[in-house]
Amino acid sequence: MIKANGLARTFTTRTGPVEAVRGVDLDVEAGEIVGFLGPNGAGKTTTLRMLTTLLRPTAGTATVAGHDLLKDPVGVRRRIGYVAQGGTSLPQARAGEEIVDQARLYGIGRTDAVARGRELFDRLQLEGLWDRSCASLSGGQRRRLDIALGLVHAPRLVFLDEPTTGLDPQSRANLWDHVRSLRETGATVFLTTHYLDEADALCDRILVIDHGLIVAVGTPLELKRQVSGDAVALTLKDVARAADAATLAGGLTGADEPTVDGTLVVVHVPDGSSTLPGLLRDLDAKGIELAGVEVRRPTLDDVFLTLTGRSLRDDEPAA
Amino acid sequence: MTFARETWIVFNRAMRLGFREPVWLFIALSQPILYLALFGPLLEKVVQSTPDLPPGDAWQVFVPGLLVQLGLFGTVFVGFGLVAEMRAGVIERMRVTPASRAALLLGRVLRDVVVLVVQACLLTLASVPFGLRAPVGGVVVALVLVAALGAAFSSLSYAAALVLKTEDALASVLNMIAVPVLLLSGILLPMTLAPQWLRTVSDVNPLKHVVDAVRALFQGDVTASSAGWGVASAAGLVLVGLYLGTRTFRRESA
Repeated sequence: MIKANGLARTFTTRTGPVEAVRGVDLDVEAGEIVGFLGPNGAGKTTTLRMLTTLLRPTAGTATVAGHDLLKDPVGVRRRIGYVAQGGTSLPQARAGEEIVDQARLYGIGRTDAVARGRELFDRLQLEGLWDRSCASLSGGQRRRLDIALGLVHAPRLVFLDEPTTGLDPQSRANLWDHVRSLRETGATVFLTTHYLDEADALCDRILVIDHGLIVAVGTPLELKRQVSGDAVALTLKDVARAADAATLAGGLTGADEPTVDGTLVVVHVPDGSSTLPGLLRDLDAKGIELAGVEVRRPTLDDVFLTLTGRSLRDDEPAA
Repeated sequence: MTFARETWIVFNRAMRLGFREPVWLFIALSQPILYLALFGPLLEKVVQSTPDLPPGDAWQVFVPGLLVQLGLFGTVFVGFGLVAEMRAGVIERMRVTPASRAALLLGRVLRDVVVLVVQACLLTLASVPFGLRAPVGGVVVALVLVAALGAAFSSLSYAAALVLKTEDALASVLNMIAVPVLLLSGILLPMTLAPQWLRTVSDVNPLKHVVDAVRALFQGDVTASSAGWGVASAAGLVLVGLYLGTRTFRRESA
């Protein structure tokens, strides 16, 4: 569905050129949900805008939905849907007229446009909002309207830029269901996000991008395996025994150097759940009492930290 | 899908949204009406006792100026509407469709022209009770010229909006350009009263030629050279405006 080679985009600003995207290769198959994960400033939105013909690449080529990005942008536009980050509806317009106007710009006749619009409104839980002004809709409703606007022409390839940013947890979960149902219709979804749980929950494959370059590609599971295993966190009752507990933990097969922070001892092992019973018996034998124990599976933040040396949550601007 | 149909869709949307809040249409009209009612009557005596004026009574000299003022000020600020649409993400949403960039511009420009022509007709009709008498044919051609001005300034305003992106920047630029252009076009008082240096400067202003043309048309003088200059100036402005507008809509798009 998408084949890109060396896509790059440099912006000329007053303070000098900014290389927002420095050479991105992509290969997305039909029917996948692919996630573009990275911190703010990584180049996600810029890449997306290049793929949707809104921005001209300064280098590289791409074929999107079967059309050459540079030679046939109109062809690309016919086949794709795009839901931008900040919203796409005019406050003073009515929800119903927005979707009909949008459909008509794709060449769909008025009657057909109204029918499709109504069907999408029902599917996305926007019933009864047809005649309401967009300004009077809630945040979640407005976002679902944006998605409806991007889908009205039934595109085979849908680009979603940060689809759930700014939504409450219930709307987020709701929207995830809608994105999953897109795949059931056979569409391909390419979404950007800086939410780890979103990438983990939705995506078949994730591309991790940082400073304009792709630093990792894989399924969520594959990426997490690249990180140094599970974290076993022991909370001791007696802070004086922490050193003893650390020695025991450090002696496990495949364990790294444990970290001690007051009563908290954390060690990484390849498989926490199989190592834990043995560790607990050893601690018990030495009379070291535990207030609590936790086995933490690696998160995508751990992946990011491993790959880039920075935490996704640090949100540093690109250098 | 044809270009004409795409333009029609954009035009249809713009008209629907524009007429939902009709108060804005009357606000644009209020300025020339105020000038007409409160300033116009002062000119009657001035015109009678001043030499060097173009032929015609006060109203035949003044109302053409008001029409061109409407053509300029009525349309040059439409860019603000586009800035609002840009901020709402609507322009990007439309740019991602296969619709041509020129249609996205032209549909909006045509709406502005329709609104302007309605306002211009109302202004002309309002002048009649004050004392305006002009041949209908001349008035019709004059309205076409004013419509052309509207198309030009509307396109330029949209181009400026796309480039400047914020209301503050747009307001500064538009005011900086519109006020001198207005003063140099002989709208309130004809440039024939001006000293030579000022008259030469105003000759560069295409709006001045359009005002002169409309004055000639209101006299029924279709063959006057000023009418020809005016038509050429208006046509030139329309071409420049539409070209710049379309080019700017295409910018940043593959």
